[in-house]
Amino acid sequence: MSRSDVIIVGGGLMGCSAAFFLRQRGRSVTLLETDLVGRQASGTNFGNVRRQGRPIDQLPLANRAIETWRKAKELLGSDVEYLQSGHMRVCYRDRPENVEKMEQYAADARQMGLDLEILTGNALRARFPFLGPEVLAGSYSPLDGHANPRLASPAFARAAKRLGAEIHENTKMASAEKIGTDWEVRTEDGRIFHAPILLITAGAWGDKIAAQLGEPVPFATLAPTMSVTEPVPYAIAPAMGVMTPVEEETVYFRQVARGNIILGGSTRAVSYPDLYRAYVLPQNTVSQLQQIRRLAPALGKLNIIRVWTGIEGYTPDSLPVMGPSGKESGLFYAFGFSGSGFQIGPGVGETMAELIDTGKTDIPLAGYDIRRFAKA
Amino acid sequence: MAEPRVIIVGAGPAGVRAAEVLVASGVRPVVIDEGRRDGGQIYRRQPEGFTRGYDSLYGTEADRALSLHETFDGLKDKIDYRPDTLVWNISQGRVWTNANGRVDDLEYDALLLCTGATDRVMPVKGWQYAGVFSLGASQVALKSQAVSIGRRVVFMGSGPLLYLVASQYVKAGANVVAVLDTAPFFARIKALPKLLAEPGVLWNGIMLTRMLQKSGVRLMTGVKPREILGDPETGVSSLQFEAGGKIHEIACDAVAMGHHLRPETQLADLARCAFRFDSVTRQWLPVVDADGRSSVDGVYLAGDGARILGARSAEASGQLAAMTLLSDMGVAASDRWALRQAVANYARFATGLAEAFPWPHEQIADLADDVVLCRCEGVTVGEMRRVDASEANRAKAFNRVGMGRCQGRYCGLAGAEVLAAARDLPIEAIGRLRGQAPVKPISVGVAEDEA
Repeated sequence: MSRSDVIIVGGGLMGCSAAFFLRQRGRSVTLLETDLVGRQASGTNFGNVRRQGRPIDQLPLANRAIETWRKAKELLGSDVEYLQSGHMRVCYRDRPENVEKMEQYAADARQMGLDLEILTGNALRARFPFLGPEVLAGSYSPLDGHANPRLASPAFARAAKRLGAEIHENTKMASAEKIGTDWEVRTEDGRIFHAPILLITAGAWGDKIAAQLGEPVPFATLAPTMSVTEPVPYAIAPAMGVMTPVEEETVYFRQVARGNIILGGSTRAVSYPDLYRAYVLPQNTVSQLQQIRRLAPALGKLNIIRVWTGIEGYTPDSLPVMGPSGKESGLFYAFGFSGSGFQIGPGVGETMAELIDTGKTDIPLAGYDIRRFAKA
Repeated sequence: MAEPRVIIVGAGPAGVRAAEVLVASGVRPVVIDEGRRDGGQIYRRQPEGFTRGYDSLYGTEADRALSLHETFDGLKDKIDYRPDTLVWNISQGRVWTNANGRVDDLEYDALLLCTGATDRVMPVKGWQYAGVFSLGASQVALKSQAVSIGRRVVFMGSGPLLYLVASQYVKAGANVVAVLDTAPFFARIKALPKLLAEPGVLWNGIMLTRMLQKSGVRLMTGVKPREILGDPETGVSSLQFEAGGKIHEIACDAVAMGHHLRPETQLADLARCAFRFDSVTRQWLPVVDADGRSSVDGVYLAGDGARILGARSAEASGQLAAMTLLSDMGVAASDRWALRQAVANYARFATGLAEAFPWPHEQIADLADDVVLCRCEGVTVGEMRRVDASEANRAKAFNRVGMGRCQGRYCGLAGAEVLAAARDLPIEAIGRLRGQAPVKPISVGVAEDEA
């Protein structure tokens, strides 16, 4: 039997960064991960470190996260390939109303410390000559960027471990029960862990644990469509994405320093969280490539060398479950980031550590309260 | 029932013989092949308009090649033949193809994968220089285009293909300066009882070696490669190796390398077939029963794509799998006993080959840190040893080994050996790189066919 201040269930970016920031605050931490840290959605997502486009009241959390991304190399002692090379969000001519929405968003974001530049016409073409003729306008965020998801969570886990966190991989939680003031977590291989605080950061599996703990959440798990091209000379600095209400049109791409261009978005597939598997549907790959050519026709000359996916957890309002339990003291959640958790990940970990350590945080979390799903 | 929709992937010996069996039972299969012409690798047909004879192209296998090609020519109007077509993904009972930038998908009731093999290559310091080819590529250059890979060619590696391609080069008039085998000679003697399972094939092998000797080609066994010397601008200039306790150096401008073959199993993987570890070849192979069934209902495997048993066995296993498929679908029952016996006999012979020409895993474990392991991504042996992982896919996630356009075909097996030795783990504990679509690159510019 082992005892610590906090047990974290789930070793994705949220859990690993929470472990790191809790150790920085001197709290003892035990992290349990079913597989290997960062192997699920945290390691297979697109890698956007993008603030723009998030709900305005999420920007304080995103701003907190960007501070960590910027100093990640020094803070964690290893490179997560963060490039602060800008982020560009564009809209098409067939939805001109989006320009006004972009302008409104930019005005609101400025109040929250995020500066965006709206580009149209010649200015847009001059800056981004590779955009397709259907692109009408764009919103440019110079201080956003992208990073390598395969490296980020393991880097946080290693740094947390160096600070004394206990990280148990290949360790699946079987049950969690409050006994007196302590949580007793039993694992499938029969080990028992105790702590007064339990933090659930189980990503696409978070709903199952929340249900086990008496707080069911309406939830869907989906598999995003990802592809990568062969490497070509590094030429496109910012990550690019399409703003549209149509899922199929929602594509994005970024070029990594190695030269490959990573393509993401368009239609998502079903996934199989019970089997820990998800599969890219070929029809989704084909529609993704079609939409990518609309965004940047010249990419049609490249080849894709690989596709992949992962398992992401979605809530009905696409906002996470993040904050204290509505039922039990000493229980916290941070899961269900609905396909947009990577950028805010380090901010989530830091905020959960602060909340657990001090009992409060200035970061607005009201919209993420698990009680919003409780039946009236 | 309605006529079953059967798709065969691959028009090598296994695929052609399978198509023949299906047509004989009144089924019209779709035959999809990446090649411009049928025949696969061993029986590769030269481009239209080339006029070399069968004897010069196929040597001892000329009669088999001719028979296979004639059979296929006779089938062409009884099958839906789609050459120059890549199957790049398999999903939900459909294969996804790409031909000339057009994407199409085809539904199947039964799928027979005859995907063949590619070279198993051991990394050697300097193998990233221009002038280094796999044995298979060297053979393609000769068979398809009638060219040699260099003016002074060294063949290095192990396995029957090493001697076969070297002798084909000699026969075609190319300058082969040496054939260097990493296997010790006594391994062949020890494997003799199993090799005698196929005395005819064994005899052909012995004759090839004798022909090379007579032609004055330097033949050495028990070789340990040290370095391919050269530079990135001008390519290969010489090869250094150890043999008999001495260091040798041979001037050359091209090296053909390979250690026997590895099955192309990506499509079986995408069809979600189960895999098993084969300790004789130290490879992960798709599970296949004695009749050619995979672990997935309706998916069958034949030829070297299932396990490396050679071209003759591929003809038998292609027929066998097609008969099994027909019987499973209730179309036609037939006695498969003789074919099963034949394949089992080839399997015994193949075990003998694996023992006579072993994969030199100790040499790989011993490679210097600065040797390039993954040529696509430029990952060194040292980086693989230092990676914070002890499983193949995890290592790939961290250091990009096997992440390039070949998807680990050339470095995956060697990478697993390096990692296993560095972690002191059995090779099977390292696992295998998962197959990912597209199995070969496809263009971002692909368009869907308007059906």
